[in-house]
Amino acid sequence: MRRVLVKGAGVAGLTGAHELAARGASVTIAEIRSHIGGNPSWLAGGMLAPWCERESAEEAVVTLGKVSADWWERTLPGLVTRAGTLVVGHARDASELARFAARTRNHESVDEEAIAALEPNLAGRFRQGLFFAGETHLDPRRALEALVDKLRAMGVVFLFEAGEIAPSGFDQVVDCTGMARADDDLRGVRGEMLLLRTRDVSLARPVRLLHPRHPIYIVPRADHHFMVGATMIESDHDGPITARSLMELLNAAYALHPAFGEAEIVETGAGVRPAYPDNLPRVKRRKDGAITINGLYRHGFLLSPAMATQAADLLFNASADN
Amino acid sequence: MFDLLGTKLASRLLLGTAQYPSPAILADAVKASGTSVVTVSLRREMAGGKAGEKFWSLIRSLGVRVLPNTAGCHSVKEAVTTAKMAREVFGTSWIKLEVIGNHDTLQPDVFGLVEAARILCEDGFSVFPYTTNDLVVAERLLSAGCKVLMPWCAPIGSALGPVNIMALRSMRGHFPNVQLIVDAGLGRPSHAATVMELGFDAVLLNTAVAKAADPVGMARAFGKAVDAGREAFCSGLVEPRDVAVPSTPTIGRAVFS
Repeated sequence: MRRVLVKGAGVAGLTGAHELAARGASVTIAEIRSHIGGNPSWLAGGMLAPWCERESAEEAVVTLGKVSADWWERTLPGLVTRAGTLVVGHARDASELARFAARTRNHESVDEEAIAALEPNLAGRFRQGLFFAGETHLDPRRALEALVDKLRAMGVVFLFEAGEIAPSGFDQVVDCTGMARADDDLRGVRGEMLLLRTRDVSLARPVRLLHPRHPIYIVPRADHHFMVGATMIESDHDGPITARSLMELLNAAYALHPAFGEAEIVETGAGVRPAYPDNLPRVKRRKDGAITINGLYRHGFLLSPAMATQAADLLFNASADN
Repeated sequence: MFDLLGTKLASRLLLGTAQYPSPAILADAVKASGTSVVTVSLRREMAGGKAGEKFWSLIRSLGVRVLPNTAGCHSVKEAVTTAKMAREVFGTSWIKLEVIGNHDTLQPDVFGLVEAARILCEDGFSVFPYTTNDLVVAERLLSAGCKVLMPWCAPIGSALGPVNIMALRSMRGHFPNVQLIVDAGLGRPSHAATVMELGFDAVLLNTAVAKAADPVGMARAFGKAVDAGREAFCSGLVEPRDVAVPSTPTIGRAVFS
């Protein structure tokens, strides 16, 4: 049995560990933190929205990302909500909507009436939008926790607050430590988010509000929570959210529905997404033989299943060759 | 060659570096456009310390001259501080000065602009002020020490193109010896060609390339349009006439009506 050490318990490490364990490897996960969370994955939106993302991403995000919902559903049944994505813009930003529609596919145009049918709380607020019926979403925190439970049940060993572990006890190291990994090609893209709670609005699906400068998305979660995200700043600073970013996110949420003005701010967060120059993730084999999964950028939950599969293929095919 | 404040440049197109799908596409677009100068914003990339270092080193590695800008600054103080920071980070005294007066229209605050320009010129900066097409403001910026002016042709990011040709013509006419770079509002290569045909020295754009479906192709198209517009201006354009003028001789025809 192949003994594999996976470094990092973010979404890349956990999905990678699952794929390896499912194929029969004996997996140990080493995480520097004392618990799941505190990493960029914990702050993610959890939208599995390859077609929307295509607006500003390469086609690979669609080809790699469209299998993601099925992978999550297969791995953790009941986790994925299949309700599509609604994209709206205010009347003065009609050209943003036209641009978004031209850059993406698998959507239908929706008018005021259709928007109201999809999201009754947004009735009368937007005259036009786009509906991506094939997209899905999940709660990243529930997903990470459920994945840990499942991995434990599969016999995967977790080492929290792990220091440097000698690779000698393992046949293979898979490094999924994101920005902690010294890789010259990687850069950090800072993202800030907040969690709101209000009983005055309910949404059935992620809603993206287009704006020339401050596009945002709001993802509904259990217990009247809403995740509002996310800024994109070329920086690897992971300090607290700035007042400016907080104002922008709150303004946009308020513009989507004024009831968000009365919502409780449950949490704010800031993290640094690891990204390669083309903003696409990579599975690489390092000179020392270790495999790395990194550069998931803003597509952790969307693209980690495809990366996990690639890493497992690399590991098992390479061992077959040996 | 285009002589910009003593620096010889191969291209009259200046390109912004924000909003591209990825740094890889930005790098390809810069190459395809043939540009010699890119602008980079310090404001939002900062968020503390040397945090944006990776992105900046990426910009520096493009091998073109960097014109840092003060995008997003709403006060004189903010703009001056950002300019000083930019001088340290990029080792250049060039600064594209933006002092925004209205959050929504991103219209320059021309009063703050003149004040900040004076402070920075006295401090040894080469100030490229992002301004309107107002001639009096332009005069004030020149007396503040600016050697280059960057009038808008439409609001930032609007892609409307030259909405007031008369104002641009009159600006060119008033300041025949000042380098004028049209900044902001260009949406299409034909817009860039149009202002270059008017005799403007260069154009600066960002959104029109960064947000195109294929930024690299669009960058190349703008590069060609700027060259075409400049060459047309230098070659002396034929003025429009109200009557048709045949290009083949009419001598020998039976009748002139």
